[in-house]
Amino acid sequence: MEAAVHMETHRDKKGKMHPKQFALMLMIIGMVMLFAGLTSAFIVRKAEGNWFNFELPAQFVASTVAVVVSSATMILAFYHAKRDNIKITQISLAVTFLAGLSFVLFQYEGFMDLAGRGIYFSPDNGSEGGMVSGSFIIALVALHLLHLVGGLVFVAIVFIKSLLLKVHKKNTLSISMCNTYWHFVGILWMYLYLFLYFAPQL
Amino acid sequence: MSNDHGHHKETFISKYIFSMDHKMISKQFLITGIIMGVIGVAMSILFRLQLAWPDSSFPILEWLFGEKWAPEGRLDSGFYMGLVTIHGTIMVFYVLTAGLSGTFSNLLIPLQVGARDMASPFMNMLSYWFFFLSSVVLMSSMFVETGPASGGWTVYPPLSALEKAMPGSGLGMTLWLTAIILFIVSALLGGINYIATVLNMRTKGMSMNRLPLTIWAFLLTAILGLLSFPVLLGGGLLLMFDRLAGTSFYLSDIFLGGGVGALEQTGGSPILFQHLFWFLGHPEVYIIIMPALGITSEVIAVNARKPIFGYTAMIISLMGISVLSFLVWGHHMFITGMNPLLGTVFLIMTLIIAVPSAVKTFNYLATLWRGSIRFTNGMMFAIGLVSLFITGGLTGLFLGNAALDITLHDTYFVVAHFHLVMGSSAIMGMMAGIYHWYPRMFGRMMNKTLGYIHFWLTFVSAYLVFFPMHFQGLAGVPRRYYSFNILPEFAPWLDVNVFITLAAILGGVAQIIFLYNFFSSIFVGEKSVQNPWEANTLEWTAPVEHIHGNWEGEIPTVYRWPYDYSRPDADSDFIPQNVPDTGSSEEVYVSPTKPDTSDAKEVEEKDNVMLFALIKNWFGLGRA
Ligand code: HEM
Ligand SMILES: [Cu+2]
Repeated sequence: MEAAVHMETHRDKKGKMHPKQFALMLMIIGMVMLFAGLTSAFIVRKAEGNWFNFELPAQFVASTVAVVVSSATMILAFYHAKRDNIKITQISLAVTFLAGLSFVLFQYEGFMDLAGRGIYFSPDNGSEGGMVSGSFIIALVALHLLHLVGGLVFVAIVFIKSLLLKVHKKNTLSISMCNTYWHFVGILWMYLYLFLYFAPQL
Repeated sequence: MSNDHGHHKETFISKYIFSMDHKMISKQFLITGIIMGVIGVAMSILFRLQLAWPDSSFPILEWLFGEKWAPEGRLDSGFYMGLVTIHGTIMVFYVLTAGLSGTFSNLLIPLQVGARDMASPFMNMLSYWFFFLSSVVLMSSMFVETGPASGGWTVYPPLSALEKAMPGSGLGMTLWLTAIILFIVSALLGGINYIATVLNMRTKGMSMNRLPLTIWAFLLTAILGLLSFPVLLGGGLLLMFDRLAGTSFYLSDIFLGGGVGALEQTGGSPILFQHLFWFLGHPEVYIIIMPALGITSEVIAVNARKPIFGYTAMIISLMGISVLSFLVWGHHMFITGMNPLLGTVFLIMTLIIAVPSAVKTFNYLATLWRGSIRFTNGMMFAIGLVSLFITGGLTGLFLGNAALDITLHDTYFVVAHFHLVMGSSAIMGMMAGIYHWYPRMFGRMMNKTLGYIHFWLTFVSAYLVFFPMHFQGLAGVPRRYYSFNILPEFAPWLDVNVFITLAAILGGVAQIIFLYNFFSSIFVGEKSVQNPWEANTLEWTAPVEHIHGNWEGEIPTVYRWPYDYSRPDADSDFIPQNVPDTGSSEEVYVSPTKPDTSDAKEVEEKDNVMLFALIKNWFGLGRA
């Protein structure tokens, strides 16, 4: 039990985090600032008026579900990696990857849905000024997608490592970092979704 | 961490080019910074020629820039703006951010906290190469057909967002943005490393409150960068989209002359960019000055042979500056028509930031007070920083008052303010650092006489150049104007402009002396001894010859704070941090905030250090 607690946060005896894990945390802080800046920009622009509100595509709900599922399986993978249940780790990682992939597809569908309603990243010539809301939303979602695809590559790498039996009780750094990052992109999506969902009322 | 790289055979490429050793990377940053600095200074002298003698022909300009940008030896007006823009960009980002932080954080963090290298030497190397690439991209914009970006270093839209707006809005602007994005990547890679190293890799005994103030300054600088550069990245990405993808985040209701007519872009807000830019922009000015202040703390304490006055107050004021610097960006935007209530909030926050700044300057003066001062070159520049920081900081209080700023904004008053408080004073800090740590970097000493000449010419010319600009600004002379010929109300200032330009040339010449001194001393300077300034910090315990891993054998253990100078109870007037207290065991905790209480009491107080002790000392409680 104690060993498990100790490994969960990937600290050494003195309670210090592994430098790579620590650097990842700092990088995440930087990414948080990126999105904090952009959502603030969203609010500032919206407050100026002349802003077109529209419903988010229904597909974004599906992608939210996908991200929750993938996070859950990620937790499972990490939990079992620490207990040397390699098989379960491998399967969970594969499911995480697939759920992440379906997230990407749902996002794509969402963009198509927006386009079907005439909402583009760069609005048509001569369209209303308020359509800039579409550019904002697509920029935010696409930038998040980029971060998530980076995470997907990370998951793939850790999955391959686990197939090569390089992820186990004594070697959890990579899966631990992957776990941290994947939850970050998941939480970031939840934040963005809620933000955009409630934005018309702001 | 340890020595696992130590046994690789080093080739020329791995030693000098793709080096992962923090000492070499620090030199790479310094030399690149110096090269960029030379370019930036030269540009400023060239456009000052235009301001002083607007109607004269200077064949050298045509020779340098060709017939296109300097027909008949007179700068083209668009190219004048290009030079101003690139000068500002180079000085702010390339010299005073990368050149300053990059050099000294890299050199000093591992050496002063007692680590063998950075947390990630590889990321550190990447950080330099992104910086290098960024410099190349920026400079390449000088050679494109439509000229470099020319909307000022703050690149406000619409000039920066509309390719058609003017020649400088074309490819040059795209290259500018690309360069800055590369720069941000470099700054983030570096900053993450600095933070990780300071927090995780300190040697035994190096508690946070035994850190030299240099390290505190570098740490907080890196944190500021980590929190603010991503926001500029966001703003820059939106600008890129406006330029390349047809969005209009920043564009609306624009009518172009020359038969183009009304543009289609609509719905954006140019003010939005200003918010995103200054949310970085203001912390950025502190990213520039804080390392310089940290260097000054160290250099002044060493050369006054006194403990730095108010160690804790110094740290708290750095923290205060860091927090406040995120809450004042609006003072650059008072005249954008912001809500007066919001303007007032920014006004108050801005004036409050003067308090920690003043605490720092008073502490410098108090450290100098009755010290046995050694006027080394480094010390001269450190004192120069204090002088210029005060002079420039005072005018910040004028500008911070929204009502006064309405008339002062975009005049030479602002130019005077920031060139004194940031430009000149941070250059002084950088020079202090170079003269002070040169022996540590190159194992040799710089020539002292040349150093004095360099200091006095630089110091005097800084005042001669920037002080008169206050009066120009008060009289309403706008900044970034190419020529005042057709504005008779500004004619009286032409003589002053001539004077300023002559002083600027003097300052430029002084830097040639420095360059000679710097580069020749690498080869012919007097060999340095181990600890030439008799300083306490750990870097002077490492061997003069650079070795990978910094120390042979064990990393020294730290037993005391770094400012034990002239202790009345000691024989020598300095006690390096790795000297144990006689008769006490390793565990003894010596509170840096109270260096001369008895051992027994110190052990007792071990637990309530940091915050409580900091607060107590801040209010002067618990002092004899
Ligand atoms: C006492 C503290 C300070 C106050 C109250 C202050 C206030 C201001 C204000 C209100 C402005 C805007 C002026 C305008 O554009 O109309 C300004 C501009 C500026 N300040 Fe300060 N300042 C202070 C210290 C500093 C420091 C320490 C630095 C740098 C190290 C700095 C760098 C700058 C720069 C670079 C600009 C002009 C940027 C531009 O428009 O190109 N200031 N300052
Ligand atoms: Cu500011």
